[in-house]
Amino acid sequence: MQSLGIDVLFKGTNFLRLLGGLWVALRISLVSVSVSILLGLAVGVLMTSKNPIIKAFFRVYLEIVRIMPQMVLLFVVFFGSTRVFGWNLAPETSAVIVFSFWGVAEMGDLVRGALISIPRIQYESAEALGMTENQTYLYIILPQTIRRLIPLSINLITRMIKTTSLVIMIGIVEVLKVAQQIIEANRRVSPNAAFGIFAVVFLLYFLLCWPISKLASYLEKRWA
Amino acid sequence: MSLLEIRHLHKAYGDKTILKDFDLTVEKGDVVVVIGPSGCGKSTFLRCINALEEIQGGEVLIDGEPIRRSAKNISSMRQKVGMVFQSYDLFPHKTILENILLAPLKVQKRNRSEAEAEAMELLERVGLADRRDDFPRQLSGGQKQRVAIVRALIMHPEILLLDEITAALDPEMVREVLDVVMSLAKAGSTMMIVTHEMAFAKAIATRVLFLEKGEIVEESCDAKAFFEHPKTKRAERFLKSFEY
Repeated sequence: MQSLGIDVLFKGTNFLRLLGGLWVALRISLVSVSVSILLGLAVGVLMTSKNPIIKAFFRVYLEIVRIMPQMVLLFVVFFGSTRVFGWNLAPETSAVIVFSFWGVAEMGDLVRGALISIPRIQYESAEALGMTENQTYLYIILPQTIRRLIPLSINLITRMIKTTSLVIMIGIVEVLKVAQQIIEANRRVSPNAAFGIFAVVFLLYFLLCWPISKLASYLEKRWA
Repeated sequence: MSLLEIRHLHKAYGDKTILKDFDLTVEKGDVVVVIGPSGCGKSTFLRCINALEEIQGGEVLIDGEPIRRSAKNISSMRQKVGMVFQSYDLFPHKTILENILLAPLKVQKRNRSEAEAEAMELLERVGLADRRDDFPRQLSGGQKQRVAIVRALIMHPEILLLDEITAALDPEMVREVLDVVMSLAKAGSTMMIVTHEMAFAKAIATRVLFLEKGEIVEESCDAKAFFEHPKTKRAERFLKSFEY
């Protein structure tokens, strides 16, 4: 069998560089996820609104996010908007804007779903016990909503982490780009590095997302 | 002064009238059984009494005080009225004991050890003391309904509303729930019961209301006489439908 090309990983600072790239991907996801959760909670509550204008607005927003590939959104923001509006957006800022735009919509929809899945009778039994509206939300509705929400939103988080690999297209040097650079630089001495290094990248993504999705299924079981 | 007084109660959803000009007075110790075909408004009627439903006319007085959905005193008024629903309405994220203690602690601001002692005493009475730390999903439907009754009782309501509490239960679980209700009646609790269990209704009622299309068609203070010889044709036809 030919060499797997893993040896390249241990040349110079290659492994550290890969980890650095992973950190870039993680940083973009962490910021976008935080924005998505915070704004998503508010958007989710608004999505349950009975006001037809508010409802239609968020419906359109959600559809746009679902229909547009994230890469197109990245291009529109990074290459398109900077030209048309003449502003200056760093690639990483553009990435955070796009991923947050996406995440807020998806998170909002999850929150909306969790809120409307709480049966009417839960509100009514709390009311019948003399609880005020605030007490009902605080002790009955929110705890149940959050339980339903946590596993779902964790899945969204792992999806966002994985999708950050697209930012390579607007020139951000994250883990995948670093991997390509390492492979290119060692093309002559270790032509098989493409296998070894990309396998390591796979492993890094796995190590990042697996515990998160494990946590999700654990919580899902515990709170089912 | 009567415990519960309903005057000219009018309830409608849009153009559709559910309850027409309802009048009723309930005294302490009464066990009022409300029967009638489905859609006659009996559940809505119970829900109007603790203001779960907006009413379009008339008033509901408890101890002479009106209970209104948007009034400031709604929380304290509702504490006078206990309610148990048809579906298992326990809070799924809380244990049995926490389900029972939530309202006494948060709404009535009672002392925990005192409320817990009473909760355990009540659970003992319905035979579920050993399930205190279980979650609702671990209980059978009948057990859940008994807990729901305890959760209402611990608030010391002056009147208890039971809305088809056995309708969603398997037949063999109906008995254990009705036995609890029966013992409450014997202890002198005031109750309004919507039910389709006619044998139970006959045994427990001190008064019977027969409803159809949002109106009281027949009212009787003698349950035995009503169930054996109803005065109106419509009640007779309704009762016949339970015979085979």
